[in-house]
Amino acid sequence: MARSIVVIKYNAGNIRSVLCTLNRLGLDAEVTSDASRIRNASRVIFPGVGEASTAMRHLIASGLDELMASLTQPFLGICLGMQLMCRFSEEYDTKCLGIFDLPVIRFPSSSLKVPHMGWNRLKQIDQETCRLLTETGWAYFVHSYYVPLCEHSVALCTYGDITFSAALSRDNFTGFQFHPEKSGKYGMAMLERFIGQGEL
Amino acid sequence: MLAKRIIPCLDVRNGRTVKGVNFINLRDAGDAVELAAFYAAHGADELTFLDITATIEQRGTFTSLVRSVADVIDIPFTVGGGIRTVSDVGALLESGADKISINSAAVRNKSLIGELAREFGSQCVVCAIDIRSNSTFDSELGFGWEVYVDGGRTPTGMEALAWAREAVDRGAGEILLTSMDHDGTKKGFAIDITKRISTHVSVPIIASGGAGTMEHFAEILTEGCADAALAASLFHFREIDIEELKIFLKNRGISIRLT
Repeated sequence: MARSIVVIKYNAGNIRSVLCTLNRLGLDAEVTSDASRIRNASRVIFPGVGEASTAMRHLIASGLDELMASLTQPFLGICLGMQLMCRFSEEYDTKCLGIFDLPVIRFPSSSLKVPHMGWNRLKQIDQETCRLLTETGWAYFVHSYYVPLCEHSVALCTYGDITFSAALSRDNFTGFQFHPEKSGKYGMAMLERFIGQGEL
Repeated sequence: MLAKRIIPCLDVRNGRTVKGVNFINLRDAGDAVELAAFYAAHGADELTFLDITATIEQRGTFTSLVRSVADVIDIPFTVGGGIRTVSDVGALLESGADKISINSAAVRNKSLIGELAREFGSQCVVCAIDIRSNSTFDSELGFGWEVYVDGGRTPTGMEALAWAREAVDRGAGEILLTSMDHDGTKKGFAIDITKRISTHVSVPIIASGGAGTMEHFAEILTEGCADAALAASLFHFREIDIEELKIFLKNRGISIRLT
């Protein structure tokens, strides 16, 4: 079966970087909000740069919220995409998709510079659960909210005195808090494994 | 641990890098995309492109450059220069830029930062602040630095720390602080004011202006409390190699990403 990749289209910014990275891997992706195109894709990428409540409003208005939680193919949420896969975000007290039953919490700007912006190290990678992550390395993060450690954490990262979930995984769902499309060769290899998983 | 960032800055006019570039292994030293790819592959943590195109008619070349850069670069990049409106920013982000920087427009139109932060998120709004020391701006916190606009030509009567704080309150996610007094001198960054601003605002600070030696980078990233350091011709002329610089900084105990 030919692999078809869709990138979910909603109001999130900078989808282009994900597409460019896929292009560098020799892959084309379709950017769509069409439910049947998404349901029939073999890989789904849920990007996200922006703000949680606005993003959820768009997703709910288009019915994508219920669709996404019901998908069974490999699904990757990136940055805000990962946060929206959780139950609730403190960003404007937003109810999210609930794929991961977790809260998304704001970094305390009293003790840390917010956003957490720049290159930080992934550590304690659970390769058994998430085969997209094969080694520790430097990944690029830009976020003001984080998911605490939990049973679904498959990679951790530490900012100041807070250790948070750098990646989440459950069944077909994976979330990356960092931007693999901006994390050099390290991140590109993860996207390549995501596209190739199970069929290579 | 979050790494301190090293950021080369490329000045671009009509889609090409200006300021001499001294890379013998580039086919076309004026080709901004080729230079960007070189830096991305050789240790730069992030790139900044500053459009110094003179006329509005030629601005289109910058947007197409941004698209070409996004095609080949796998690290984050910021673009700035001449940005005035929300739609300017929309076009640049759509073209693949991760962040935009605004300077004079943010001073002249104080509501712009807030509008951009609400529309696109604070994480992509960099407020660039050019400063010169001026003893009439001495205050308990300010240390006597005045904000300039129009590429450092026009004094604003605003004190540097106050403006930095206001920019952050309005929604800037990062500050690019350039000391015009230090820029081009190669005598080191403006450590005191950078530290002062970095420790009084809650967003990352990129220090710019004055880099001449590897030691200068170590100073600004430790004593100066900068989160990132930016330089242009020093890197373009290969007076300092970024990979060597990063090894030097790491050996000094600074958190640095080595690839």
